[in-house]
Order: sequence, then structure tokens, then C-alpha cells
Amino acid sequence: MSEPGAPGFVHRPRRGAELFLLLAALVVGIGAYVAVGLGVQGTVPANIIGYSGWLAALTIAAHVAVRLVAPYADPVLLPLVAALNGLGLAVIHRLDLAYEAVDKPHSFAQQQLTWMTLGIVLFIVTIILLRDHRSLQRLTYTSGAAGIALLLLPFMPIVGNEINGARIWINVAGFSFQPGEVAKLLLVVAFSGYLVRHRDALALAGRRVLFIDLPRGRDLGPILAMFAVSMMILVAQNDLGSSLLFFGLFLVTLYVATERPGWLVVGGLLFAGGALAAYTFVGNVQNRFNFWLHPMDYYYESPGSGQLVEGMFGMGWGGLIGRGFGEGSPSSVPYANSDFIIAAIGEELGLTAVMAVILCYGLIVERALRIALISRDGFGKLLAVGLGSIVALQVFVVVGGVTGLIPLTGLTTPFLSYGGSSLVANWVIIALLIRISDQARRPIPRMTDLSGTFDSETTQVVKLT
Amino acid sequence: MNKPIRTISIFCLLLFLALLVNASYVMYFRADELAADAKNRRVINAAFSRERGAILVGKDPVARSVPSDDKYDFQRTYPQRFMYAPITGYFAYYAQTGIERSQSDVLSGDDERLFVTRLVDMLSNAEPKGGNVQLTINPAAQAAAFEGLQALSGEAKGAVVALEPSTGKVLAMASTPTFDPNLLASHDLQAVEAEGKRLEADPATPLINRAIGTTLPPGSTFKLVTAAAAIESGNYDKDSIVPGGFQFQLPQSDSKVGNYDQGNCGGTKITLTQALQVSCNVSFLSLANELGAEAMTEQAEAFGFNSTALEDLPGQAPSLYPEMDAPQTALSGIGQSSVTATPLQMAMVAAGIANDGQVKRPYLVDEVRAPNASLLDKTEASTYSQAVSSNTADELTEMMVATVDSGTAVVAAIPGVRVAGKTGTAQSTGSRPPYAWFVSFAPADDPQVAVAVMVEASETAREEIAGGSLGGPIAKAIMEAVMAQ
Repeated sequence: MSEPGAPGFVHRPRRGAELFLLLAALVVGIGAYVAVGLGVQGTVPANIIGYSGWLAALTIAAHVAVRLVAPYADPVLLPLVAALNGLGLAVIHRLDLAYEAVDKPHSFAQQQLTWMTLGIVLFIVTIILLRDHRSLQRLTYTSGAAGIALLLLPFMPIVGNEINGARIWINVAGFSFQPGEVAKLLLVVAFSGYLVRHRDALALAGRRVLFIDLPRGRDLGPILAMFAVSMMILVAQNDLGSSLLFFGLFLVTLYVATERPGWLVVGGLLFAGGALAAYTFVGNVQNRFNFWLHPMDYYYESPGSGQLVEGMFGMGWGGLIGRGFGEGSPSSVPYANSDFIIAAIGEELGLTAVMAVILCYGLIVERALRIALISRDGFGKLLAVGLGSIVALQVFVVVGGVTGLIPLTGLTTPFLSYGGSSLVANWVIIALLIRISDQARRPIPRMTDLSGTFDSETTQVVKLT
Repeated sequence: MNKPIRTISIFCLLLFLALLVNASYVMYFRADELAADAKNRRVINAAFSRERGAILVGKDPVARSVPSDDKYDFQRTYPQRFMYAPITGYFAYYAQTGIERSQSDVLSGDDERLFVTRLVDMLSNAEPKGGNVQLTINPAAQAAAFEGLQALSGEAKGAVVALEPSTGKVLAMASTPTFDPNLLASHDLQAVEAEGKRLEADPATPLINRAIGTTLPPGSTFKLVTAAAAIESGNYDKDSIVPGGFQFQLPQSDSKVGNYDQGNCGGTKITLTQALQVSCNVSFLSLANELGAEAMTEQAEAFGFNSTALEDLPGQAPSLYPEMDAPQTALSGIGQSSVTATPLQMAMVAAGIANDGQVKRPYLVDEVRAPNASLLDKTEASTYSQAVSSNTADELTEMMVATVDSGTAVVAAIPGVRVAGKTGTAQSTGSRPPYAWFVSFAPADDPQVAVAVMVEASETAREEIAGGSLGGPIAKAIMEAVMAQ
């Protein structure tokens, strides 16, 4: 299963390449921060030394941890994420300055830096504690149950909290948290563990209708259960984006596990039916659809398409190379630092930067899928595909929504958007991918003599923790 | 499991391609459409923040942009505050009027005549600057006009237009009550909105430029048009005998119309010159009645009625000579019934007579200059119409000179200068004060300036309004100001 090249291909650790790319990522993050200072305030920010030092320290710490405990890990993932996170911090800082200018001071960038620190700490803790991703397989049902529980938490009294019409928040000890961000991680683990165990039953039984292998009726249980959960999120939490994300995630892992496109057909039809029903019966969904088709007609309505249209005005105003930091008015878009951060980037940094950001996400997904391809165990493959799909679907839903490609649904832009839950969860996703890739790229202990003489050595000792 | 992973890879590739294509579509191909949307505040903000060119009168700016250190980079200011407001209009966040609106492309730098400047700005990465607009206004005449209107007692509403007869240049254009455009161009948008609402609600309508935007019965000044039509018909000259007397019997009606002073104009048979000198209603009622609607309409339209001539300002109301029946046509001969005119229109009548019968198209924008003051464009004088023959114009001029020398318009007489003039007092209804009009030009032999003054309402006693006691001194001051140069 060793993927690229000839059977004898051995991956090199490539830690030096990672370090070089990380320095480039730091240039992006710190350079953007300086550019914000120069563009908005006319001077290099006063805390530039402390800021860049902190950012560099975090990045180098992550790099050192990877070098020590996952030396064969994919060298591109960490720099990509560091660049996105650094750019996000700069843009959030720029928006803070814009809010300050109208006497509504915020320190979102400061908080985001704190969350980033926590995210990197968790990243390091994860790769240190989790020496083999297969040990997660034992937690299949535990994490499944925990994931569902987290999804239900916002409905609980006391802790549950509704913000902007979406019931996806909980309040614990003064902090707001989106448990769905962690739930998606746990659910990927649960899906992978469950499917790798039951893939044969799901894959082999069934009958063929019109060239499509349809699954057996009694195997439909899990997919129906997941469908029910997705629909519940959609209807009860008013959260179209998460619903789409969870169900899409499930379908992708199911398809990869069983290698049967029939599941995609079944799942796709189910979701289409569910979405149609939601469109008919849930006013919010219908609104979003109308705003998407005729954004200009609902500009002045409330709820309306004002945010979407303002974002588009901003992006059009930015054009090819953008207005430059401080020259646009990205703060005229509500939630410019979370859901609509891509519009803020488009306005001041232009189409060039938007394309660069999309390509960064594309590369993250590409690396995740490549890790899945070369992973030597089924669980690792499913896990990597699932984690990559989270990023792909989330980026598509939010960027597509903001740019008017699909109806707008609230999701954060991974690593860029302001939001602690999302940032921390995404850093853990990257940690898992790093861990799987380290396993996948690590040279196979000498097995060339397998057919040879030393029978006693065919039994491998596998380290489990 | 690798085959489905490859399929998923291709699927993800398609998703990201779709995002890239759509981002390009929105941010590049749709950018102009989005920028053109009226809801797009960014475009308005940028225009509001830009350094616009100046509007110049003589060498002095009456509107210019000065650096500002608030949310916007430049603040539009109007150093003269009130005097030029009807001409410059205002450059507010939500709306623009006057020259600020009609010349907005030049002032903002978007005009194609400024293409080279814009290109240089772009290449040198400088902020784009707007071009300057030089007005035709004569500052001394404008001051005389504005101060004359201001000096009227009470809450007088009025307007003045002065034209250069040989070119059509607008030398003065004033309207009162007026407003302070600085308050509307302010960056404090809430204060602007309050000021805008206050001005909108003001019954004296200070936002309307009465010189071009208000049409009122021109009264006896319209007798010039009637006289012109009479002479043009070939049956009359300035010495022809016309009916005088106490009253005129309207056709198809029981009504009789008399003269303002209830007199008989000096006899039942008087000359046309005498009829104009004493502003004899009976004479001009009978002339209009005799000439008929067709000839009267033709003459009125030749002077510019039923259309607008000035292209440099928005908000013009066309002066009207509508279709009328016989009694109304007779009444139109003395500027009553349905005839209405703007001060600009009556100035065009005077200027046409002064310029050998040829009406020049009035214009306000003399030159358009680039930010570095190089000349981009200069307006050429053009002929609007040949309203009357040169001979007719001479006859009318002599009659108007006689009116100033020894008639109702004597108030405008300037020692040593032959002044041509005509008063007017229109009374549309009995319940509101009459409108006082005055048109004149000077010097009669080589006219340099033609003026029309209209005073709409005043607390001045009703009897005093007749004739030129209100408008005459203002017209005289303007003529003196122009001729002094």
C-alpha cells in the first residue's frame, strides 16, 4: 500500500522543509500584522516584537513537538495552518481597529491569539499523548455517544444559549462555547471506527437495481440514525451549515468504507428530501434560499440579505489586488471577523489573496486525502478522509455561501475566523492528521526478508500507545 | 479503499475549482455591476472622500475641497456660504444639486476629458484629483444681485438673472431665501439630515433656485413679447397708433379689464411707445387679441417659452405659453392668465432684444480645467434662436429706452447711459401679494448686460409694488456693476 512511486519508495522525514515553510508562514502572519499597522494607523504596531516573538514561539514549539514525536509527519500541513491562522489574526486585528474607530472597542485579536495558543498546546498534547491513532478505534462508541451528547448540550437548560437565532452555544463558567465544533471531531472518530468494523456487511450484502448496488434494508439503520441527527440539528438548531457538514461527512466516510456509490445515492436522496421538507416547512431555510437567489431584493429587509450583499460589495470593491489594509470598510459587513472574514480579506487584499486562501485550504484537503491514500490501515484511511472532508465541506459551505455560490449558512472559516471553539477543534484535527501521516510515512520496519528464513521475525511487535 | 478516496479527491477538486471560479466572477467580472449599485455605500463613501476640483468664479473658488482628518479625507466647503448656493448647489452624502451635480464627472475626475490626468495619477499611485470648473459669473454683478435681494424688507422671496446678451454668459444668478451648502456637505450626517429636513419643511422653499426653478406670471414685462409679435407682424412700428382708454372688453365674455391705475393711458389713441411707457393694459390686450393665439405662441416660443435652454443646471422649470382660448389669449398679452416665466426666461427676452433679436443660449460653465490648471474645454457661445428681426429689436430697444427715460421704469435710469427697461406687476389672485418684475439692459447702443429681477412676495405695501420700486434698483445696481468694469 505504500503509495507514491515504486514498491521500494521510502518517505523521508522532511522536517527541514517544514521549518523552511513555517518561516514563510511566519512572514505571512507577521507581515500582515505589520501591514495592518502601517495601513490603518500609519506606523508599525508598538507591540510588534512581542507579537512576532509569541507567534514564532508558538510555531516553533509545534514544529519541535512534531520533530520529536512525529518525525515522519507530512511537512506541509503545519505551515499551511500557521499561515492561515496568522493571516486570520491580522485581519481580526484590522477589524478590531475598525470597531475601535467607531468607539466600539474590542480585543478579538487578543482573544484569538489566546485561543490559538490553547489550540497549539492541545495540538502538541495530542501528538505527544496519542502515539498511534489506532488506539482511538477503541473509543468508537464512547466518542459517538460523547459527540451526540455535545450536539444536544445547547438544548439543555442553564448551559444552553441561543445567539443570533442559532441554538448552538453553551455557556460554561462565563465562556461561550460551540460544542458542535468538538462534536464533529468525535463523530469522525466514531464513524471511522464503526465503519471499519462493519464495512464488509455494508459493502457485500444488497441487491443491484439499475447498475447501482443498493444496500440491504437492515443495514440502513446507522445511516437513518445519522440522517435523523442531521435533520434534528437543522430543524431544532436552525443550523443548515452544520447539518450539511455532519451528513456529508457521514456519507463520505460511508462511501469510502464500503466502496459502494449506492450509499451516496441513498444518502443524497435522503438529504435532498430532508432539505426540501425543511425548505417547505422551516421559514429560515426558505429565507436563506430566497436571499441567495435574489440578494438585491432583500437588502433592506430584516432578516434580509444585507450582510451577504455588503460582503459582495466589499469583494467587488476589492477587485483583483484589493484596496489595501485600512483603505476599505470591511467592518460594514456584520460578523466580518467570523463568518464573513473571507469578504474582509477580499475587500482589502483582493481576489489574489482570496485565491491564495482557497488554495491553502485546497492543499490542506489534498494533504489529508494523500495521507488517507498512503495510510496502511483502514481506520487511519477513514479518519484522514473524514478529517479532510470536514475542512473541504466547511470551506465550501462558508466561502461558497459568502461569495454567493450556494445559499449562505453560518459556519466558521477554519483557522481564519474569530472563534475559540472552532480554532481549538481545528488544531486538534491537524494534530490527528499529523499523527496519521507520521504512521503512514514512517518506513516499514524491515520486512523485505519476510519470505526468507527468519520465521520468528514475521510476528511484528506493534506499539499501541 | 483507495478508489473511493480518489473519487472523493476529484470531487473536492471540483468543489475548490467552483470556489475559485465563483470568487473570480464576483470580484472581477461582477465588480463594475456591484459598484454601480445604488445601495453600494463604498462607492458613495469614496466619492465623498475624494478631493474634488474647485468651482471658480473669477480667480476665487466658491466651492473647494479641503483636507479633513475625520472619517473622510476631504471636506467640501463653500467660502461664500449663501451667495452662490443656488448655482453651486451642494455636495452632500446622499444627494448633489446644481453645478456639483451637473459637472460631477469633471469635479470628481471621472470625466473622459480628464483621462490623461487619471492615467498619470494611477501610474504614480497618487490619489485621483478632480478638475476645476470656471463659471461665467461676474463676481461684482453677483454681489450686487444677492445684496439687492437681501436688502429687500421682510421675508422677500426673489431671484435675479443677468446675461451677457452677445454670448449668453450668465453674469449673475441669485435667489433668496437661500441656504448654506456647508451645512449640507458636512461629514456629520445626522446634522445634515436634520438641516435637510428643516430646509425641506421651510414654506419659503430655500432649496429651490427661483431663478430657474420657479415659474410665475411675468405680468407687464411680457408686454415686450406682445410688442415684438406686433412689430414682427409687419403692421406696427414704435410709432403706430394703438387703442388706449379705460377698459378692454374681453372677447366671448362679459368681463372688462382696466389699467392698473384705473386711468386711460393718456387717450383712446396712443402710440405703441407710449403704450409701453405707461404699461397700458388696454393697448396690449387688444394687440394680443388681434394677433391671435398662433402668432403669440410663435413669438413666445422664439424667445424660449415651452422649453428649457440652460444646460448647465438641473432643476429647471420650463416657462409656459400654453394653448389658450380667445379671452385668455388677450389676457396673455399683459402677462396674465396661463403664461408663466422664470427670471431666466425674462432675462433671455431682454438679452434677445439687446442682441439684435438673436437669443444666445445661456450657459454657466465657461471653462473646464485639469487639476494642474491646463485648459481642457471652453464653452463656445451658440445661438438659441433668432427671436425677432434686427429691425424689430431696434424698435423695441427705443421703446424700452423711452420707458426708462420718461415712463414707469424711470427708477433704473443711470446718468450718462442709455438704459432700456420694462417693469411688471403680476397679480395672479387677489388674496396674495403681486409679483414685482423688472427687465432691463444697458447700454442700449452696445448692450453689455441684460437683467431680469423677480420679487415674489414682500411685506412692502401693495400699492408700492407696481412698477420698478422693488426690482428696479437691483437691476440698476447690477448694470452699473457690469459696466464699471
